[in-house]
Amino acid sequence: MKDWFVRHRIVVGVAAMVVVIAVAVGYVVVTVKDQNEAASQPGAPVADGLLFVDNDGGQNLVSTLDSTGKRTPGSIKCLRVYKAAGTTVCLRMTLPNAYEAAVFDSSGAEVRTVPLPGTPSRARVSASGKVVSWTVFVTGDSYLSPGGFSTRTGVLDLRTGTLIESLENFTTTVDGVPDKRANENYWGVTVASDDNTFYATLGSGSKTWLVKGNLRARTMATVHESAECPSLSPDQTRIAYKKRGGRLGTWQLYVLDLASGKETELPGSDGVDDQAAWLNNAKLAYAKVQTGGAPTIYESAADGSGQPRELVAGASSPGPVS
Amino acid sequence: MYVASTRQTKTTPAEGGSWRSRVPTTVLLLGTVSLLTDISSEMVTAFLPVYVIFNLQMSYLQLGLLDGIYTGATAILRLVGGHVSDRVRRHKAVAVAGYGLSAVMKLVFPSVGASSVGLGGVLAVDRAGKGLRTGPRDALISLVTPKEKLGEAFGVHRTMDTVGALLGPLATFVMLTWLTTRPGPIFMISFCFAALGVIVLISFVRQPRLERVPGKPVTMGATLALLRNRGMRRTTIAAGLLGLATISDAFVFVVLQKVSGVAPTWLALMPVGTALTFLLAATPLGKLADKIGRWRMFFAGHVVLFVVYLLLLGPFSGVILVIVALALHGLFYAATDGVLMAHGSTLVPDHLRAGGLSIVQTGQALARFASSVFFGLFLQSLAFSSAVLIAIGALAAALVGVYLLIRPEVSR
Repeated sequence: MKDWFVRHRIVVGVAAMVVVIAVAVGYVVVTVKDQNEAASQPGAPVADGLLFVDNDGGQNLVSTLDSTGKRTPGSIKCLRVYKAAGTTVCLRMTLPNAYEAAVFDSSGAEVRTVPLPGTPSRARVSASGKVVSWTVFVTGDSYLSPGGFSTRTGVLDLRTGTLIESLENFTTTVDGVPDKRANENYWGVTVASDDNTFYATLGSGSKTWLVKGNLRARTMATVHESAECPSLSPDQTRIAYKKRGGRLGTWQLYVLDLASGKETELPGSDGVDDQAAWLNNAKLAYAKVQTGGAPTIYESAADGSGQPRELVAGASSPGPVS
Repeated sequence: MYVASTRQTKTTPAEGGSWRSRVPTTVLLLGTVSLLTDISSEMVTAFLPVYVIFNLQMSYLQLGLLDGIYTGATAILRLVGGHVSDRVRRHKAVAVAGYGLSAVMKLVFPSVGASSVGLGGVLAVDRAGKGLRTGPRDALISLVTPKEKLGEAFGVHRTMDTVGALLGPLATFVMLTWLTTRPGPIFMISFCFAALGVIVLISFVRQPRLERVPGKPVTMGATLALLRNRGMRRTTIAAGLLGLATISDAFVFVVLQKVSGVAPTWLALMPVGTALTFLLAATPLGKLADKIGRWRMFFAGHVVLFVVYLLLLGPFSGVILVIVALALHGLFYAATDGVLMAHGSTLVPDHLRAGGLSIVQTGQALARFASSVFFGLFLQSLAFSSAVLIAIGALAAALVGVYLLIRPEVSR
């Protein structure tokens, strides 16, 4: 056997290479064919409509579900998308390891692109459609471990064209004390209807805070501990966020009532890692990965009643259609 | 190809003239194996952030922390891989195991899903494969190459290796943009490139025949005793000292972006700039090292790195600074990466080659890891400019120390 291989090794090698290439091409062809079918599968009916990124179709097309559950694929391709008052923000790849935020107006015209310093994580547009924000992961920016990470959050004001590239330059107050930490991260911005007040996450060491900030004054102050990726309700009275069950536990969604300070747990949301989106004042949508599967979009009642409802599988980045 | 590879596996100096005799065919074949394997692994590296954040909807932070641990683990495996291949006198077999392990892991990725422990484990085994194969692979290159061409041979190998590292992210980008964003096909194509590499290694590369050296058994003790040899010991210490003063690429790029004032998007392109000069200069500098002395070239490479650090202090700025600094950073790698192995090969007898090279490599890798941890700690409390000043001071001290330490012993 060994001698035979030694004599025929070139032939065997070439044959093996041909087999490997054939298997690869065959597998890719089958997958691509299969994904075209997946892209047209209907989802659950969503009363006010749902805008999302279709992952299963393999093209990341921004698609919509309507009140009958019909799925309509759109034309733009994004990794993260969010739309409000006609303004769409689309975070997408431009080169290997390079990303940009593209902003579209209500006519679908691209009005602004901003290069991003890392891999997109979160995207939001304020209710008025005037203030766009995003968070990216910057790899190689944290030095403690090679391959460590940090986040960078940008805010773009479309009225003035002002671009805030990082919240790190804002003046921050932690628990009433001016903050002098060097190593801190901000992520997951949500801007209020006055287009000036915002909420975000501050992470430093092993702690996270919900911060409330002022875009014009460039200031922030902590208002709550252990809250990540806040999302302000359309009526401005509540904030949804994810919070860890324990030190290393999974995340779960909570809704904080700003007036009373009451925190409500959303049952069945454990294992979530997303910035929840309000579809209206009563419903929240978020993506969650089922064990061993693709991300699926769920809807939960904001008052914590009932279990989540599955809206569409193989999809992420949920948001309202408006 | 068959004829050429059998002829070249003997360590007779190749006769000049035809292009084929420049470096042994085995070196070109091992370069091809590395090229294909690097396409495979860099495809996954480029895909991983997208995969983790979008396909698995996880936060990237869950992975970052584990990365440092692997560096330590693979360092030990390098020593084991090197030693075992000397002991059984079958470098190729150990290299096949290492390359094969990494290849198979590409198929395991999809099945662990969104478990950070599972993903960490797969990445760890993938790195383990890399640790295992590096020693025997470099030993093979050195064993089939005549002594006076070692620098060139390692240069050619590193050039081909880096070409693969550049093509990998491109392949991922092309697939994501035009074909599919589903993870299955990307891991499958990555596996196929790795499998092609393993096939080239198994079918086309031949293990050079090594006679057992009477009275000189290959034991762990004998391998470690190499450090009793003065040249070997001083080389290891010197490479380690310089490694301690070498800050990680990521840090260089981030500081460069801040100092030069270019857009943050440039951060994505900076590794490409370094890799381009590295691949263009590796072979000519390797050849030059054969002429003027490999240790001298290795030392000169670190002087170039010193210049890069000085540039980071920011007397200049803008795109020009980025281009000059990246060109020099690539030159640093071209003058040191393969050249150190070429130099090490001249200090270690054939029967202990893989283990000996692993010692030098491991010392350097651990030192660099230690330096990245130290700089990480500095940066928690210090500004960039003070960290750069510390790096400059450390490298200057290491250069002086190494110059005094090594000067009389190793001129070539």
